[in-house]
Amino acid sequence: MATTYIDVADVRKEFSLRHNRSFKEFIVAALRGKALEKDTFNALDNVSFTVDEGETVALLGFNGSGKSTLLKCISGVLTPDAGSIRTRGRVAGLIEVGAGFHPDLTGRENVYLNGAILGMTEQQINDTFDEIVAFSEIERFIDTEVKFYSSGMFLRLAFSVAVHSEPEVFLVDEILAVGDEPFQKKCLAKIEQLKGEGRTLVIVSHDLNLVSSICKRGILLEKGVVTMDGPAPDVVTHMRGQE
Amino acid sequence: MSDNVASQLALPPMTTPGSGRGLLDVLHRRFLLKLIVRKELRVRYRGSALGMAWTYVKPLVQFGVFFLAMGVFMGLRATVPNYAVYLFSGVVVMNFFGEAFGNATRSLVWNAPLINKIYLPRELFPVSSLWVGAVHFFPQLLVLIIATFITGWRPNILELLAFVLGFLIVAVFSLGLGMLFGAVNVYFRDAENLVELIIMVATWISPVLYHWNLVYNNFPVWLYNIYMLNPLTSSVNLFHYAFWYSSIGRPVTLPGGAQTLVPDMWAWAGAGLGIAVAMLFIGQLVFRKLERRFAQEL
Repeated sequence: MATTYIDVADVRKEFSLRHNRSFKEFIVAALRGKALEKDTFNALDNVSFTVDEGETVALLGFNGSGKSTLLKCISGVLTPDAGSIRTRGRVAGLIEVGAGFHPDLTGRENVYLNGAILGMTEQQINDTFDEIVAFSEIERFIDTEVKFYSSGMFLRLAFSVAVHSEPEVFLVDEILAVGDEPFQKKCLAKIEQLKGEGRTLVIVSHDLNLVSSICKRGILLEKGVVTMDGPAPDVVTHMRGQE
Repeated sequence: MSDNVASQLALPPMTTPGSGRGLLDVLHRRFLLKLIVRKELRVRYRGSALGMAWTYVKPLVQFGVFFLAMGVFMGLRATVPNYAVYLFSGVVVMNFFGEAFGNATRSLVWNAPLINKIYLPRELFPVSSLWVGAVHFFPQLLVLIIATFITGWRPNILELLAFVLGFLIVAVFSLGLGMLFGAVNVYFRDAENLVELIIMVATWISPVLYHWNLVYNNFPVWLYNIYMLNPLTSSVNLFHYAFWYSSIGRPVTLPGGAQTLVPDMWAWAGAGLGIAVAMLFIGQLVFRKLERRFAQEL
């Protein structure tokens, strides 16, 4: 019996459509004794699935289907409005390239900051620092401020830190799209290695070919609802049939 | 299965992502806290030639203005001996409060890109603001100590303890308020403006520029009691006791006849500490309640 690493149960996530609500409006509504009119939509609705140890899962769906929201819920950035999510061990997300990188810090400082954000200890970062830099291939620029980096360099370093943080569960959102082909190949090799180590991967990408080659399992989201859960190539074929 | 991650380590338990233990989590992420503080300092002084020297310039100018207006023009120098040290020991408290509280209030909005994308204990940001405040406080404290030492400061143990207690009160109180207003600020940016107002008023509703006796003489007793319950007032009183009292030779009364120290100073300080701790609890409570929607509101 495989060990569950991610357990998503009946998750609903609501977003409000209006954000520029002023304090005045709020007080007026409170004085009148009625709540502000509800203006929400469900980004996720009754989503349930489990991911076992060592599984590689692709979250698929067209724009606005709730993939990224789901990933953010799993990583803990967003809290679901209903249902529960439980994860096992350390979860690291590459939700967006270079989140947590500060442009005014050097590459070196950002490696430490980002490593610490992803839950690495000082010792772990010291030990893997050379490896991280070597993988990113930006040795010459490591003491340059990140704002002078090209987007490719930025991506390399960010990805490199994330894969070296050794999380039990690794969440990847649309990051393989950037970067040149040799680096993409290197990333894929690294992902294969993580798979081999039995780590759990959840990937979001619009590159359907890539996803169906990396992932065994695909979960299709449509308007916040899971409509298909099966082998990744089958789900991709289904999606293409809809287009 | 020998090369398996799970079998190498004991199997970690299932946890709910995004649910931390508040300020306790910050204690376990000290390394990250240190890096965030370093980042804040770096970002604050980027492209600035004077850099950290600004921490000396600002309070000294402020001190000069107050000294001239209140000490010389208004003549407070005559009734409060060694007025310069009296004034500066209160000013450093208020600067620390303003710095820590103001930055903590804005810290979550400033770090929106991080909060939006990666989960980490969000209490880290107000706490790092407090730390940055302390980094700016200690150089000023050094200036204060040198100034008061030259004018004859010879503190005893109790006076040094008063400093520690005074510092603790203002630190705990700023963190509590900072977490409360910082969390509210995510939803209503009005909080920022309100906080600026509070910081501006704070200097005047504590005995920083004038002697406590003026309040006692002009206020009814109940209002005086409320005035003394302000934790910042206790902090300022304790700082006066620590840095000013011995420099003027610990007299019972001042030249004008007023009693030098606040009656029941330690009791008021105890009450101030109690209120500050209560504020920290309230701040943490509200923070945890509002934290759930931080990422989508920022």
